[in-house]
Amino acid sequence: MSGGRNCEHAVEVKDLRKTYIVGDQQVNALDGVSAQIRKGEFWAIMGASGSGKSTMLNILGCLDRPTSGSYFLDGRDVSKMDDANLSDIRLKYLGFIFQSFNLIPQLTVAENIALPLYYQGVDEDESIVRAKELASMVGLSMRLDHKPTQLSGGQQQRVAIARALSNDPVLILADEPTGNLDSATSIEIMSLLSEMNKRGKTIVMVTHEPDIAEYAAHRLVMKDGRVDRIS
Amino acid sequence: MAHLSIIKRNIKLGVKNLLLHKLRSMLTMLGLVFGVGSVIAMLAIGEGASEEALSQIRKLGSRNIIISSQKPAEENSLANNNVRMSVYGLLYDDYRRISETIPTILKTVPVKSMQKPCRYGKRHMDLRIVGTTEKWFDLVQRNVIAGRIISRKDVDEMASVAVLTDHGARKLLAAQNVVGSTIRLGGNAYEVIGIVQTESESAGTMQMPDTDVDVYVPISTTRLHYGDIFSQRKQGSDIREQVELHRIIVEVDNERNVKRTAAAIDRSLSISHKKQDYYMDVPLALLRQARATKRTFSIVLGTIAGISLLVGGIGIMNIMLATVTERTREIGIRRAIGAKRRHIVFQFLIETLVLSIIGGVTGIGMGLFIPWVVTLTTGMPTIVTAYSLILSLGISVSVGIIFGIYPAMRASELDPIIALRHE
Repeated sequence: MSGGRNCEHAVEVKDLRKTYIVGDQQVNALDGVSAQIRKGEFWAIMGASGSGKSTMLNILGCLDRPTSGSYFLDGRDVSKMDDANLSDIRLKYLGFIFQSFNLIPQLTVAENIALPLYYQGVDEDESIVRAKELASMVGLSMRLDHKPTQLSGGQQQRVAIARALSNDPVLILADEPTGNLDSATSIEIMSLLSEMNKRGKTIVMVTHEPDIAEYAAHRLVMKDGRVDRIS
Repeated sequence: MAHLSIIKRNIKLGVKNLLLHKLRSMLTMLGLVFGVGSVIAMLAIGEGASEEALSQIRKLGSRNIIISSQKPAEENSLANNNVRMSVYGLLYDDYRRISETIPTILKTVPVKSMQKPCRYGKRHMDLRIVGTTEKWFDLVQRNVIAGRIISRKDVDEMASVAVLTDHGARKLLAAQNVVGSTIRLGGNAYEVIGIVQTESESAGTMQMPDTDVDVYVPISTTRLHYGDIFSQRKQGSDIREQVELHRIIVEVDNERNVKRTAAAIDRSLSISHKKQDYYMDVPLALLRQARATKRTFSIVLGTIAGISLLVGGIGIMNIMLATVTERTREIGIRRAIGAKRRHIVFQFLIETLVLSIIGGVTGIGMGLFIPWVVTLTTGMPTIVTAYSLILSLGISVSVGIIFGIYPAMRASELDPIIALRHE
């Protein structure tokens, strides 16, 4: 295994296939996808609904396994791992940003940011220090003890970004990160993501909005479970 | 240490989640609170009642057999028409025969009871007199408040001495200095030699042998002074009775021999008594009966407790399943972030456990409070045993684990992708 921080590619997928059986029909959500994403790159995955971009994101996010094909994340073959090992990979190497923010409502901003650290077993005092750093990085130092419901959508997404950064991931996956935000806020969030990318974070974002995709240096357009075009 | 802090944080999180839905958490716990509370309360009341019965029976003496004279049924009806003397009951011969022929008997005490007018100083009143031997005080052990009790020598010499019971002394308005003074019983003078305490409680269906006694005198003396014939006026007719002994109390050498000895006494008495003019009380039999009752009570209680705790547990499971559904999205988020299945199981199990332990502890509070109120209002004794507290807390925890594990497993088995999409 040639994994680790020295690996050139954050993501390397080869001939990725995902097949669902619906009734007596076989549906190929992914039909042989191959791609390579270098560290530090910012990619947008685009495509119409049903093109397979969500399935792609789920597999890249280690929430799902491909039916066949290989997926190397930072040099590790994760395509055949079991649930517990995939959980571990998500915990250590991945950060998620969702369309609907997905913060835990009963936890404070600080606790939400530190949640991955909690599962990593980092002790409470250290987690709080990290959460404060990250909150100030996304501009929310004054809201540490607020509940998510007390924040605006843009602020919630900032918390989610801070949470995605808390475990210093190899890859950040963003699923329509501006889908629930107005255009002004969308620009703020995208600027923040771009800034993170400039600081060296590898980001893969799924979106169907061309102007949002503009923020990414690379675009992968999917169609019918295949890569239609890369630009 | 890392584990300990995770447990601590999980408990904190659990409490927080429960506080988020205060009313729901409280209602969920209620089943367990009442279950545990009623178990402890019922055990305490049962324990108190049976302990009271047992201690009263023990006071009667578990190795004792009490044989009492009774007027045969046919004599009773005859006595209404004819003025005649009825002769019945235990005889001095019975006393002698029982004590001499049955080897398992350690002590035999004859008892003669009567009522005589008494005079002490300027006071006149009827006193209940018991004529007995010095052995009475071995079998019915009571505190001697003042002076001394009847001795063997008093019995042998037919001494005119009397021992007052505390309520006998109270009736005469006599203080402790009554010892040494003279009282007159039915015209005969007696020297008061002591005062003893009495047991006033009754033991279930049986009375303590000294419940109705004001004064003890040597049995030989009563026979000398008053003979065996008693007359009293009842409903206008003069009833005369000849009863030699009103009671014989027997002490057996060993609890194992009590039943056999009772049978032997019955056989021995039935030869000379054609009519059933006596009856026997065996405290040990009552003791056994009380124990059996206690066991039955425990089984019934255990069943009720089991059912109520089961209901409480199902209530908890029901709510936890609802909670899992309600928090599907949260589970999805946690899983996406990297929580393993066991983390989710642990989180929900801790929450159920917190719920059931708080319920259990509240239930214990209730279980302590109810018996206290019962004792306060009814005067019934109650005993909360440590074992019932430990048992109920243990059951609460078990209920929490047993009924929490299924919802927790359900939560952990959710597919994170589907869970994240849950609205």
